[in-house]
Amino acid sequence: MTTPMQSLGRAAPAARGHQIAETLSRFRGAAIAAVILVVFGVTSIKNSSFAGSGSIQEILTGSSLFILLAVGETVVIVTRNVDLSVGSTLGLSAFEIGELYVHHPHMSVFVALLVGLGIGAACGAVIGFITTVFRVPSLVVTLAALYIIRGYVNIIGSGVQIEPTSVPHSFVSIGYSSILGIPWLFVIVAGVALIAAYGMRNFRAGRELYAIGSNPDAAQLAGIPVARRVFGAFVISGALAGLAGALFLAEYATVDATGGTGYELIVIASVVIGGVAIFGGSGNVIGALLGAILLQIINQSLVAVSVSPFWDQAIAGALLLTAIAFDRLLGFRASRALRAKEGAAYVG
Amino acid sequence: MSAETVSGTPAAGPAKGAKASPVDWLGSLRRWELALVLLFGATLVFGASQSGAFITTTTLFYAGLNMGQIAIMALPLTLIVITGEIDLSVAAMLGLSCTVFGYAFAHGIDIYLAALIALSVGVVGGSLNGFLVTRLGLPSIAVTIGTLTMFRGIAEVIIGQQEATGFPTSLTAIGVTPIPGTKIAWTFGIFLALAIIYGGVLHMTPIGRSLYAIGLNRDTAFFSGIRVNRIKFTLYVLSGFVCAFVGILYALQNDASRYDAGLGLELNVVAVVLFGGVSIFGGRGTIMGVVVSVLVVGAFTDALTLINVSAEAQNVVFGVLLLVSVLVPNGADGYNRLRRRLRRGRSGAPPGSPAPVAAVAEGPAA
Repeated sequence: MTTPMQSLGRAAPAARGHQIAETLSRFRGAAIAAVILVVFGVTSIKNSSFAGSGSIQEILTGSSLFILLAVGETVVIVTRNVDLSVGSTLGLSAFEIGELYVHHPHMSVFVALLVGLGIGAACGAVIGFITTVFRVPSLVVTLAALYIIRGYVNIIGSGVQIEPTSVPHSFVSIGYSSILGIPWLFVIVAGVALIAAYGMRNFRAGRELYAIGSNPDAAQLAGIPVARRVFGAFVISGALAGLAGALFLAEYATVDATGGTGYELIVIASVVIGGVAIFGGSGNVIGALLGAILLQIINQSLVAVSVSPFWDQAIAGALLLTAIAFDRLLGFRASRALRAKEGAAYVG
Repeated sequence: MSAETVSGTPAAGPAKGAKASPVDWLGSLRRWELALVLLFGATLVFGASQSGAFITTTTLFYAGLNMGQIAIMALPLTLIVITGEIDLSVAAMLGLSCTVFGYAFAHGIDIYLAALIALSVGVVGGSLNGFLVTRLGLPSIAVTIGTLTMFRGIAEVIIGQQEATGFPTSLTAIGVTPIPGTKIAWTFGIFLALAIIYGGVLHMTPIGRSLYAIGLNRDTAFFSGIRVNRIKFTLYVLSGFVCAFVGILYALQNDASRYDAGLGLELNVVAVVLFGGVSIFGGRGTIMGVVVSVLVVGAFTDALTLINVSAEAQNVVFGVLLLVSVLVPNGADGYNRLRRRLRRGRSGAPPGSPAPVAAVAEGPAA
């Protein structure tokens, strides 16, 4: 028979290992923030002008659209689904708002943003409906949606370019003006991200998204309205992509049928770098936000230290692989520690 | 566990004809391929009725030229998807190999040696994917998005915005002239030859059949003595090798090697495979289906091009076809469920009604 002392002695190091793993994974956000700061610091040392407010603003503005898309993508991926249609939805929304401005130059900014949200939510609703009612894999449905929406934008907008002159000044100013030195674009997306982070952490529906992603069958048996929640996740993702479309137009003041092409994989990369598990059930919006900022700051700092910007993608890819390999390592440790702890508990 | 088995279970009364039974699976498979063949015929009729130029040997040549590269890359991807994994790095590997090939050639290396180097890059890249997926057990979708970005990035680092050109005309002829004695483009001919080999291996050898076992239930396959990890690793290496080969074909066919060769093609390749009836959850699909899928997409693209539908607008048709390919097998189930839910919504949900599990599609390549 083991004495309490012995079992304590055996459990202690394992439990500590587990705690370390848990703490590390919980502070994934802090880790990425640290990397961001390191990149920023090193770049500033090499090029002092990088530390100025100008380049910070540039980084925040540049990452805004991707943050918004990453927030929506997080909500979907946490439920063990994926949304590949965000880039196309962004393009559709940006182009439609531009068209509206061509015909109604006096449309208010507020209405424009609402139109963007509405277009995106409608796309998301159709995708969510097909995915949940017909129970077809979201990867396929959203891949099809990517093609259909992009094709549609090309049909209505082939050869058309929304000129900066047709977009009113009040709308474009969202794209470049700032408040207290922080770009409006970033204020908007940070607000959305904070709301989403709070909702996913504290609301019942938000917690249920994690339950669904961890184990869909168990979630269903536990009485969670799985189909409704997944539908909702796609509507949110679509709506945010639509809003991102509006902000795209505000930022660039011009758009053609190709706006947002190829964004989907960048968005998924930032989400995964931000610690969201690709098979659902864990991760949060703040991590995704930091992931998007990290990719952006790497991009800009390469320019600042006059390394060829061609390295950008190679580094981003290596970063993504490192991030998931790191996750895996933590997972191994955590599960080993957990097993050891449980074993000790039985003995004790 | 695949969605098919799960969603089939509650409805699987004898009256319904037990949709989940393996025998019926085969039936529905055959039906989907038959549907594809019919669709192919319809496309030919449609194309011929729209333009006299449709059924000509020139059209045949260009259709093959356009589809050949996607088609070849679809073959190894089919095997990977059947094992329940995915490889999104195919087009980036095309770009990397195309770049390496062109860069080496432009620096005076013998063209066959350059090709050998490019192919080795494919093997190394495929091994990296395979290592991360099988040894570290990382999710293949995340891994291959990572390597997709990385391969493309390395290609960009190597050659930048430049372009290597000036390959020997005897080789670049594959982009201009068909295989002698036929009207088939070289890339398409290579695809057909490879398809026969792949089909033979997949459907007629123990290794090929074991891919289905892995895709249907990895653990069962493992305990039946199938070397799951070794097979998956080999498939990723194969995919890297084949995509590198396509990269060389790309460089020769266009007499140009650029880092952005085949940019964004990965999703097209995935779409062709899925449209061919290969299940994204693994364990289901045939090479025949993928071949017919290539034919349909190629013919459709061509017919639409002839009636002046732009390549971008054709995406709508492509997307709808892809959607149909997953909706048709699940359509009846979904319709019944919807009706049930609407009825229940009117009369109040009866407690304890056996709610079918797994409304969530089980994630990408679960």
